[in-house]
Amino acid sequence: MTTRPTPETLAHRANPATVAAATSAVASPVSTSGAGSLVRSLEALGVEVAFGIPGGAILPAYDPLYDSKVRHILVRHEQGAGHAATGYAQATGKVGVCIATSGPGATNLVTPIADAYMDSVPIVAITGQVSRPAIGTDAFQEADIQGITLPITKHNFLVQSPDEIPRILAEAFHLAATGRPGPVLVDIPKDVLQARTTFAWPPTLDLPGYRPTLHPHGKQIREAARLIAAAKRPVLYVGGGVLKAGATDGLRKLAEVTGIPVVTTLMALGAFPDSHPQHLGMPGMHGTVPAVYALQKSDLLITLGARFDDRVTGKLDSFAPEAKIVHADIDPAEIGKNRQADVPIVGDARHVIDELIAAVSANAAGVEQYQAWWATLNELRERYPLGYEEPTDGTLAPQYVIERLGVLAGPDTIYVAGVGQHQMWASQFISYEKPGTWLNSGGAGTMGYAVPAAMGAKVGKPDTQVWAVDGDGCFQMTNQELATCALEGIPIKVAVINNGNLGMVRQWQTLFYDGRYSNTELGTHKHRIPDFVKLAEALGCIGLRCESKDDVDKVIQQAMEINDAPVVIDFTVGKDAMVWPMVAAGTSNDEIMFARDVRPTFDEDDL
Amino acid sequence: MNKHTLSVLVENKPGVLARVSGLFSRRGFNIDSLAVGETENPDVSRITIVVNADSSPLEQVTKQLNKLVNVLKIVELDPQQSVQRELLLVKVRADRAQRSQVLETVELFRAKVIDVAPDTLTIEATGNPDKLDALLRDLEPYGIKEMVQSGLVAIGRGSRSITTGPALRAA
Repeated sequence: MTTRPTPETLAHRANPATVAAATSAVASPVSTSGAGSLVRSLEALGVEVAFGIPGGAILPAYDPLYDSKVRHILVRHEQGAGHAATGYAQATGKVGVCIATSGPGATNLVTPIADAYMDSVPIVAITGQVSRPAIGTDAFQEADIQGITLPITKHNFLVQSPDEIPRILAEAFHLAATGRPGPVLVDIPKDVLQARTTFAWPPTLDLPGYRPTLHPHGKQIREAARLIAAAKRPVLYVGGGVLKAGATDGLRKLAEVTGIPVVTTLMALGAFPDSHPQHLGMPGMHGTVPAVYALQKSDLLITLGARFDDRVTGKLDSFAPEAKIVHADIDPAEIGKNRQADVPIVGDARHVIDELIAAVSANAAGVEQYQAWWATLNELRERYPLGYEEPTDGTLAPQYVIERLGVLAGPDTIYVAGVGQHQMWASQFISYEKPGTWLNSGGAGTMGYAVPAAMGAKVGKPDTQVWAVDGDGCFQMTNQELATCALEGIPIKVAVINNGNLGMVRQWQTLFYDGRYSNTELGTHKHRIPDFVKLAEALGCIGLRCESKDDVDKVIQQAMEINDAPVVIDFTVGKDAMVWPMVAAGTSNDEIMFARDVRPTFDEDDL
Repeated sequence: MNKHTLSVLVENKPGVLARVSGLFSRRGFNIDSLAVGETENPDVSRITIVVNADSSPLEQVTKQLNKLVNVLKIVELDPQQSVQRELLLVKVRADRAQRSQVLETVELFRAKVIDVAPDTLTIEATGNPDKLDALLRDLEPYGIKEMVQSGLVAIGRGSRSITTGPALRAA
């Protein structure tokens, strides 16, 4: 059903040089409306799909869209359109597109735009606006969406004339996809869509103030290589930027050439194979003990496309106290924002890594240099592996469900998580071996992300199995997009890890609020409201339920055999399972708890 | 905390000032003074911002400003290496008995009387913030009825210009 990506679309990888290619399709001038110019621009940019909902102000655009080769997927809520665009972009590396009308249509996009901003996802949001003379008059369905999205977009535009449409669309796609990717909003007044104009392609971009730095400074690379050569306890601290730059092959080579241990953040899962012997796991609040320890005791962090987020660092002033910092990022503002860098490197992760490989190869000491360091880390891996306890009350362990899903669905599947306990378990108990197989809302922590993002991912990768791993809380925020999936032929699979509660909040209430469970019980167990199986069926999906350990494999396999409809499995799991290890918010990483009341003992003599 | 003067060259387009000022408040910075105007190139505006910040947070805000697509160039102007001026208009009580004394102060500060009423004088003065503070202090005893002050504008000393360069030619 989806059209194949054109070379122009593929050109929207993070490389500004390719914009010339993206705009190489030539169209001689034709007379059309602003709306016609918009749709022709999307076609010229190689857009294969847009997620949206029509409404008054954007309506003129939907007329030419009716005949366009751009596939429009009619969603049920604009938030779904935004997350679908994000899921599509994260799964394919291309720019995701969502469309909404003015006022409430546009404001419903605010959450997914903020989400895409926090996770640096390239999406373009196109919104209708009231006609130019009505702007500022509190007209029907008017909202200043440009003003509203100012702090949550990489850039945004209010189109003033139909003649600007091709140029602004080309600029929007260029800005979204290049440098540090991010969401761009284009707000178009209705009368601009209706007015006559001339469409010609390609336009000339006019972005004199936009010059992302892609190639790192040679001096900084040499300095980083010098620190690497001198380090005794180095760690490669890898963030989502490595995935966005398509630098995973280089990362593996760098790690193997140097023998340095690797940690991948929540946004970087899949950037380095989980099964690789040098992979210590994820750092941070729910990271592995070896990964957290490695950062804390390191004498050199080689930070690649990561941003020292508070969920990774814990209490900042006690984070990695002995480490010198090499910090490489495409966004200069990330360097030194939270942690001062000893060697700042501005550049695209792919170039940075390639140049680092060349520089360290010149004076590589190899694996044996870090023998003592590896001995310590390996011992921690033995002593503190990821694990969980079987519930004593006979309920199904959520971790077991997720672990089995990972085994049965395998490393080629795209896993899309919501936000909360199930997200953390999905990050811990599924093995990510390949880039682009793990999608989640990391920075914003947007509950309700999973179903629409999985929909977008499946549209972008129709031949890949896509599983949403969702919680019963998250699922109830955006499951209406399953109707979209059913009608549009987007057979995603949803594993609802249904513990009847807002599980992560409940965990905090257990640990920090004396077990006073204020407003976390959702009634999906006690009253079975809603009944997720019936809900799935009502939305045109297959609904399955699993309540016991013995059935887990069977039900997952049953779901995997269904490819002509979306499937929802209600995994009814125990409510008392907790996510471990845990660094409590605001405390030092040194205070990591391996399990409740269990602090790992770090033997300083090992170092 | 130190005062820093930033000259920010931006594309002369609607909404750019909101992007710049919004960024300051969002990142927790207070703007002491702000002045905007066109440059010799009508496509380029120049925003002069005085901000109170330590050097490391200032570096962060400068980097964030640089990320704004409409921002072309940012230069921090060293007070020693630049000329910094504000404009002050002040309406001072000055009846017959006081008038000559007020005029003497005006003379002393090389200010100008721009409007005369039976009981007030309106004075225009330009200078660096210290000079204008001193003028206001001297006028205070007569009674300041109203005053208005511009943001600070500043330009580097010597023949070099910050408004040349590849980005600005393109604009």
